[in-house]
Amino acid sequence: MSTLLQPLDVTAIRKDFPLLSRVLNGKPVVYLDSAVSGQMPLPVIERMVKYERDEHTNVHRGVSTLSQQATDFYEAAREKVRKFIGAGSSKEIVWTRGTTEAINLVAQTYGRRNVQAGDEILLSAMEHHANIVPWQMLAEEKGATLKVIPMTDDGELILESLDELITHRTKLLGVVHVSNVLGTVNPVKAIIAKAHARGVPVLVDGAQAVPHLQVDMRDLDADFYVFSGHKLSGPTGIGVLYGKLELLEAMPPWHGGGSMIRNVTWAKTTYLGAPGKFEAGTPPIAAAIGLGAALDYITELGLTRIAAYEHELLVYATKRLEGIPGLRILGTAKEKASVISFVVEGIHPHDMGSLLDGEGVVVRAGHHCAQPVMARFNVPATTRASFAYFNTREEVDVLVSAVIKAIELFK
Amino acid sequence: MSDPRELYQQVILEHNKKPRNFGTLEACTHHAEGHNPLCGDELDLTLIVENGLVQDIKFKGSGCAIDVASASLMTGAVKGRPVAEAEAMAEQFRGMVRGELEPGTQTPLLGKLTLFSGVKDLPSRVKCAVLPWATLHAALKGEAEASTE
Repeated sequence: MSTLLQPLDVTAIRKDFPLLSRVLNGKPVVYLDSAVSGQMPLPVIERMVKYERDEHTNVHRGVSTLSQQATDFYEAAREKVRKFIGAGSSKEIVWTRGTTEAINLVAQTYGRRNVQAGDEILLSAMEHHANIVPWQMLAEEKGATLKVIPMTDDGELILESLDELITHRTKLLGVVHVSNVLGTVNPVKAIIAKAHARGVPVLVDGAQAVPHLQVDMRDLDADFYVFSGHKLSGPTGIGVLYGKLELLEAMPPWHGGGSMIRNVTWAKTTYLGAPGKFEAGTPPIAAAIGLGAALDYITELGLTRIAAYEHELLVYATKRLEGIPGLRILGTAKEKASVISFVVEGIHPHDMGSLLDGEGVVVRAGHHCAQPVMARFNVPATTRASFAYFNTREEVDVLVSAVIKAIELFK
Repeated sequence: MSDPRELYQQVILEHNKKPRNFGTLEACTHHAEGHNPLCGDELDLTLIVENGLVQDIKFKGSGCAIDVASASLMTGAVKGRPVAEAEAMAEQFRGMVRGELEPGTQTPLLGKLTLFSGVKDLPSRVKCAVLPWATLHAALKGEAEASTE
């Protein structure tokens, strides 16, 4: 508990992020867009540069010392991921390009094999397009249907509806752990238990969850859990599909090519076991090693401390933004991560985004790749500020002043 | 990039708040819908073209201030003009907000619409300003839809 009592040294942490001391449009950058992409701390960048400068080659190739070393670093990163999410085996960790690719992988292998005409795929009303479109494509191909778990006006899933929504035709339940728009932390453990009681496997989109809260695969009992490196203080181009080993082993491969085979003849190819059979071609090696370094960095800071600090920022920012007349926050769930979406009467979010940008405040304005969520709340778009462990209360104040300035301009 | 506040001048803010020519012409001869998939801006444009002149024009839709003000000012500017001139204005407007044409000297038909020239410094917003003009172009060509994809 001693780490809990000692708060994060944010002043020191900020020195690891050179971008935070940049000046844009004559204003110091206030980066409140970590839900779009997190910033990478210097140790991560330096680790990747070191790999590219001194250690670069391919992995799982040949007998050279260099190749063996690269393979070791690359596989060590996989082991770091395993530990970080509490998976039972590193064979359950499949590298992908990101969350989107991980979901497509599951849809195109597990989904294609298990979903037939008339079957149902159950998704929550607050999914990102990444956890909608791959299933819609599969449903169209197979003649299956998508069903939706509704949510309340506060942005909480209505779990009572599950009893009715899950039928004997339900082949998979897909749910986001933390909503990228509303910030809602969904009770995925309870959802998984309910689904499992009816024999339905669950895929959890953890892209916005892993940067903020400790997850444990053995505790959650998720069948699939997916996330991206770049929202986790790591680089773009790398992501993770966690899958229960027995499921991964039973799934057909996806992309064919080098690295994923056991033996190739003109007559027949045999494949590696998991995770190798899902990793055709040369992977983004530096990115995987970089993600490993990012996990070291976060582990060093401590996710519990990060969560506590971000929660403080969330509470402070919510209170300050709520005090602005005409501003409405979307997503008022009891359990929230440090994401605040808002709309202001009479100002389109894109205008708000441009005006905040002029003040150096970087936020996301748009539909956040969640158009069904926009439709649910009857807004075309929102402005979203998302807070990370390197943000400060002073930056929240800059945001609030910039919002007020924009409102005054539009009066 | 310049301060975005320079773009949000009174004229634009005022047209956003009270758009002119807002509505639908039931007896229209030309009609097109414009979409800006990036922003979700939507525009419904109806025109009455007679004897080669834009006799009347109205728009409906929802969007950001740049989009709404652009539509409002555009409808006012092309009303009563020959179709060929409206098309030429669309060309000049597009060139101006993309930074390809010097506002004023190279956009003689645009008049006060040059106040949108600042959009060129906000690349992510160029499509918002252009959407009404792209929709006008589509309507005049007899196409049902315009997209700034």
